Amino acid sequence: MPKKRGADIVVDVLIEEKVDTVFGLPGGAIMEVYDALFNAPFKNILTRHELAACHMADGYARATGKVGVVMATSGPGATNLVTGLATAHMDSVPLVAITGQVPTHYIGTDAFQEADVTGITRPVTKHNFLVTDIKDLALILREAFYIARTGRPGPVLVDIPKDITQQVYDYKMPTLKDVEEALPGYKPHYEGNIAQIKKAAKLIRQAKRPILYVGGGAVAAEAQEELVKLAEMAKIPVTTTLMGKGAFPEDHPLALHMLGMHGTYYANMAVYNSDLLIAVGSRFDDRVTGKIDEFAPEAKIIHIDIDPASISKTIHVDVPIVGDVKKVLQKLIKELERKPVEWDEARESWIKLIEKWKIEHPLTYDRKSKIIKPEYVVEEIYNITKGEAIITAGVGQHQMWAAMFYKYKFPRQFINSGGLGTMGFGFPAAVGAKIARPDKEVIAIEGDGSFLMNIQDIATAVQYRVPVKVAILNNEFLGMVRQWQELFYDSRYSSVCLSTQPDFVKLAESFGAVGLRATKPSEVKKVLKEAMSINDRPVIMDFAVDREENVLPMVPAGKSYREMILHPGEKGEAETMYLVG
Amino acid sequence: MREEIKSLKIRQMPETTVRRHVIAVRVQHNVGVLSRITGLFAGRGYNIESLTVGQTHEPNIARITIVVNGDERVVEQIIKQLRKLIETLKVRDITDVPHIERELALIKIHTADSSVRDEVMRLVNIFRAKVIDVSPDTYTVEITGDQDKINAFIDLVRPFGLKDVSRTGVLAVVRESQKDKVEI
Ligand SMILES: Cc1ncc(C[n+]2csc(CCOP(=O)(O)OP(=O)(O)O)c2C)c(N)n1
Ligand SMILES: [Mg+2]
Repeated sequence: MPKKRGADIVVDVLIEEKVDTVFGLPGGAIMEVYDALFNAPFKNILTRHELAACHMADGYARATGKVGVVMATSGPGATNLVTGLATAHMDSVPLVAITGQVPTHYIGTDAFQEADVTGITRPVTKHNFLVTDIKDLALILREAFYIARTGRPGPVLVDIPKDITQQVYDYKMPTLKDVEEALPGYKPHYEGNIAQIKKAAKLIRQAKRPILYVGGGAVAAEAQEELVKLAEMAKIPVTTTLMGKGAFPEDHPLALHMLGMHGTYYANMAVYNSDLLIAVGSRFDDRVTGKIDEFAPEAKIIHIDIDPASISKTIHVDVPIVGDVKKVLQKLIKELERKPVEWDEARESWIKLIEKWKIEHPLTYDRKSKIIKPEYVVEEIYNITKGEAIITAGVGQHQMWAAMFYKYKFPRQFINSGGLGTMGFGFPAAVGAKIARPDKEVIAIEGDGSFLMNIQDIATAVQYRVPVKVAILNNEFLGMVRQWQELFYDSRYSSVCLSTQPDFVKLAESFGAVGLRATKPSEVKKVLKEAMSINDRPVIMDFAVDREENVLPMVPAGKSYREMILHPGEKGEAETMYLVG
Repeated sequence: MREEIKSLKIRQMPETTVRRHVIAVRVQHNVGVLSRITGLFAGRGYNIESLTVGQTHEPNIARITIVVNGDERVVEQIIKQLRKLIETLKVRDITDVPHIERELALIKIHTADSSVRDEVMRLVNIFRAKVIDVSPDTYTVEITGDQDKINAFIDLVRPFGLKDVSRTGVLAVVRESQKDKVEI
């Protein structure tokens, strides 16, 4: 190998890792790397904010399963990444962040734009590195990619002092073997213990009221085929978490859609009354369980997860299985093929009961409203895209409506910040997803509050001609906070009114994007149709929706499913709850 | 139906008891590994009683002994979170494995009164400790042993007046006769 600059070694490793796009924004400490990027054979997207770059890399990764790459300079550039890294970390998204650092001999002197970036990002990354010697540079970068994409995926940050990017070194590209040898303690467990899998199969055969509770781990493992097979062969209804959307096709007769705080009545009822809960790549988040000791109170629990630390963390599990969701499901299916579930009356009536709940309590809203209902906009987005679009969301009510009223068919179709709940995520994530999947329609369903939190990056989407669509469900409120104030703080609307806001149509136009607006239900379809016909620029659609619409049903935080608040017009909640069997 | 709701079941959790656990950890001794471990404890709200780190005979491998108070669930989580760290090589709860614990303490005792000196020396001998520094009004005592022994010694000399107590925290190793069963 010829002698190379540290910065060129960085580019070499990115090529070796088959990176086709990096997102970022340069500055002093990372200039050498940007100089090397000038001739790099992959796309280099200049964003208008490092946080947006991080969310774009995240959206890119979630849409493909590939590692997203983001770059930033030292100090403020790197600290701007923190929220994005934490977002990716909470949702197990594979990212590699490369940050410039002040030169080695300045570290610790409070030099210009110095920050202890490995210190700051330690709790929000899967792992991080500070490169202190150019000899280690290539190996560390390859370790970063390896750690990011294997096991339970996550973000990895590599902090590179400027002098190291400038030094010249006669290096050899490290092999996968070198990487594995450098990480002797890192051995993700993929296979799943066969004795445990047999125990799980036995519980499935014995169960009368089983249910599959599927999370983001099943999306990451792309285990849809296996899930459908398992659900069908043992006739087990499937509910997914917010992160698990698309892991199981939502138009399938066994689909119960989302559970938890804003879960469907039938999903929550089924979980509540189940006698066997099969958790697949899900982690018993408090937004799912509500009051933990009343969560599926009668159910035995099987928990399949790649991360041992997710198992028995918040809830005791009867049969833990550590492994890759796809591999474990394959083995479980084999076991159930060897000795199938015997169909009996109890299981038949369980399915019938759930079907009854589905018919009696579908998701609903006022379809005759003269004001645009946000749920209606989402349904029309579903219709016009024939359920095939990739949808991203910000955080708030609009995120929940995007989850509830669009039926997701395939993994990686719904992209949102589930774990951290990061406002400002939706739009840049959509840009990243569209760059990764130009073949797909990508629509960000945004809140008027959330969208403003990364509005500057419309410029990026315009510059690179990324034809993403944004649908703002504009309620002129921090709507989700307003909803909680209405329900739990006696309607004291403290600091939630956003009626002072830009004209989103003009704002879009000023960036060189297209702006459209609908203020009446009759205009919704027209606006959507027009937006779908534009394919060379971003389109921002402003939907003036009912300002005080609430997301329902709702299980208030920390409460039992029994205390679920239903949509007005539905029967009182507790009365309809009963235990079967 | 109301009645059925009243007779609701509550999810049964296994019984747990809080007690002292000794956790032995082997890690790659890289820069920052210690702050990863202490950060993990601080960030997740686990209370460490003591934590010691030191080199082993193998290059670039450090041995950490952590003493925590917690119930089985908390300790299981701690162990899993420690294992999750990329640089961790091995983690074991050795509480219930025959093992040896040692701690070192340096204790400065007020000895201005000469009658006190004799009593302190008597205790030092009984506990097989050592006086390692003497000044007109202070004895500095070095003592090693398990935590109970050191606690007992400190309690006995406390009435004379303590100027300073410095403890290393617990080091623990599994007894060699158990080695084939437990690797750490
Ligand atoms: C960065 C950040 N700050 C604050 C919050 C708390 N929060 C959750 S939802 C929400 C309101 C979001 O408003 P908007 O984007 O307009 O969505 P809506 O609920 O109105 O649909 C807020 C402030 C958050 N999730 N993220
Ligand atoms: Mg809003």
